[in-house]
Amino acid sequence: MDRSTPDSHARTVAPLAETPRRAAILKRLRARPTVAGSACALVLLMAAILAAPLFAPQNPYDLANLNLLDGRLPPGSESMDGWVYLLGTDDQGRDMLSAILYGLRISLAVGLTAVALATAIGSVAGLVAAYAGGWIDTVLMRIVDFILGFPTILVALVLLAVMGRGVDKVILALVLVQWANYARIMRSRALQERRKEYIEAAANLGYPAWRIIAFHLLPNCMGPVLVFATIQIATAIALEATLSFLGVGVPVTEPSLGLLIATGFQYLLSGDYWISMFPGIALLLLILAINVVGDRLREALDPRRA
Amino acid sequence: MLLFTLRRLLQSLFVLLAVSVVVFFAVYAVGDPIELLVSPEATMEARQATIARLGLDQPVWRQYLAFLWRALQGDLGNSFVHGVPAIGLILQRLPATFELVLVAITLSCVVGIPLGLVAGLYRDRVLGRGIMAGSVLGFSLPNFWQGMMLILLFAVWLGWLPASGRGQTVDVLGVPLSILTADGWSHIVMPAINLALANIALVLRLTATGVAEAQTQEYVKFARAKGVRPGRIVRRHILRNILVPVVTVVGMEFGSLIAYSTITETVFAWPGMGKLLIDSVYQLDRPVVVAYVMLATFIFVVVNFVVDVLYAALDPRVQLVSPAH
Repeated sequence: MDRSTPDSHARTVAPLAETPRRAAILKRLRARPTVAGSACALVLLMAAILAAPLFAPQNPYDLANLNLLDGRLPPGSESMDGWVYLLGTDDQGRDMLSAILYGLRISLAVGLTAVALATAIGSVAGLVAAYAGGWIDTVLMRIVDFILGFPTILVALVLLAVMGRGVDKVILALVLVQWANYARIMRSRALQERRKEYIEAAANLGYPAWRIIAFHLLPNCMGPVLVFATIQIATAIALEATLSFLGVGVPVTEPSLGLLIATGFQYLLSGDYWISMFPGIALLLLILAINVVGDRLREALDPRRA
Repeated sequence: MLLFTLRRLLQSLFVLLAVSVVVFFAVYAVGDPIELLVSPEATMEARQATIARLGLDQPVWRQYLAFLWRALQGDLGNSFVHGVPAIGLILQRLPATFELVLVAITLSCVVGIPLGLVAGLYRDRVLGRGIMAGSVLGFSLPNFWQGMMLILLFAVWLGWLPASGRGQTVDVLGVPLSILTADGWSHIVMPAINLALANIALVLRLTATGVAEAQTQEYVKFARAKGVRPGRIVRRHILRNILVPVVTVVGMEFGSLIAYSTITETVFAWPGMGKLLIDSVYQLDRPVVVAYVMLATFIFVVVNFVVDVLYAALDPRVQLVSPAH
């Protein structure tokens, strides 16, 4: 304690100066019970997704585990081996609870990967467009306008119709339809920042363009893009589910929630509601939780409301 | 104004051209186009005839020009499955989709605007908050799953409504319509709700924010101070001002509803062009997929063009010529 030099003193002060702001954000987030609920739901879902292999009653991919005689059993039925299918079984005799837990993993993995890639690509494009200006800016932004001029579902559907189904292809399609959003947001943010003096200072120091973009412009423009990305995870998951439902998404060997719902669709009219209803509820909870938390995060971080 | 319209028209044409290039390279130039253009069951003679007819032995740019020329004449190839021109097949399905989309748009205004009005006027009360919270559900509910749950509830459990198809139709000028018969209505109501739900939430939120904002404006305060009755303020002063942006957004959503009808039509087996697209994807009927993409692009470009020009004509604040950088 006694050894505190002016330097280390300054370092201890800096985080203190930040606390009121952070506390205010947390306070604003906590003030809404729906947010607290959604945050809890999100944490629980994440835990369930991560720990699925530990407590799922069955490994739904292991064909040796499945018993066709147990096919399409309603919730609460007893299996041939004597244990209970809490949420029923699908046509292959797969335990729905296990299938949902594993399906959530695939849905979330696809959504997160797609958003991460789209954010990265879109951010680079937006930063380059804003920093370079001129014809590079014009060309990039015309491409962005072009992509955003069409409904995402249609573009993704047509891309997958041409490419065929597969996890990698779904991710590619999601990235191709979503990167333009990030590019647009990043560019408008970067255009505001690049007029500021610290960018001019860096340029005058003779730093190369990539260094100014990566270490000066990017950290100061990232906020709004990251908040947008949070909400886009829900959009990506919903889009993947829709594409898989339409039969152009993930392959049957890697059933996401959308594909589970599609399987149930065949048996819906005969009244076997559980095959499509429960995966849908899981999907809805996941999307809803991300939407509510993301929405409030945006509000809490909005400087105009501070 | 004329200059603006011309510029916008040129842009639209450019977009169409760009899509045609993308589609051409996606379907015709990547891989062996003959595998995509001729059904695998075709005979050797038929293959040779198609190669000669489509000029696949020509250089790529000439092939593209030929493709473009045929597309301009409305020839986008024949369906492998049905053996008739792909574009005709789609146009035949167009009225069913348009009917569904129009009913859905009407529904989103009729339900969304009043609910949004209530939510905006009572936004600090339980009612207003409840409506706004419900609208988040409208955004979050995956479209296809929500449609399936509608079928489960109203068709399977309650047995009130049919689960699929168009029902009885009446021909108007040679175009079959469902909305003129009671049976047709019982078939269209669920798909229309399914398609409209996300849009209802959108219209609702736009209206609610607009109303909440308008209430703090000087002209509303003045009307209130003048002693105008609250109902009249809402009708004459608030609603009138917020309707323009709401109607614009609804108009722009027309295109995306056509795209989203693909999902609704698949769930409810509604015989529109979206269902045709999905069926064609399954059956590897490439010419139909290509024709759908070109036609859908054309519709979007036309809708966007009309909305932009109308918007510029209606709102004097819209800048007709973009300012220099």
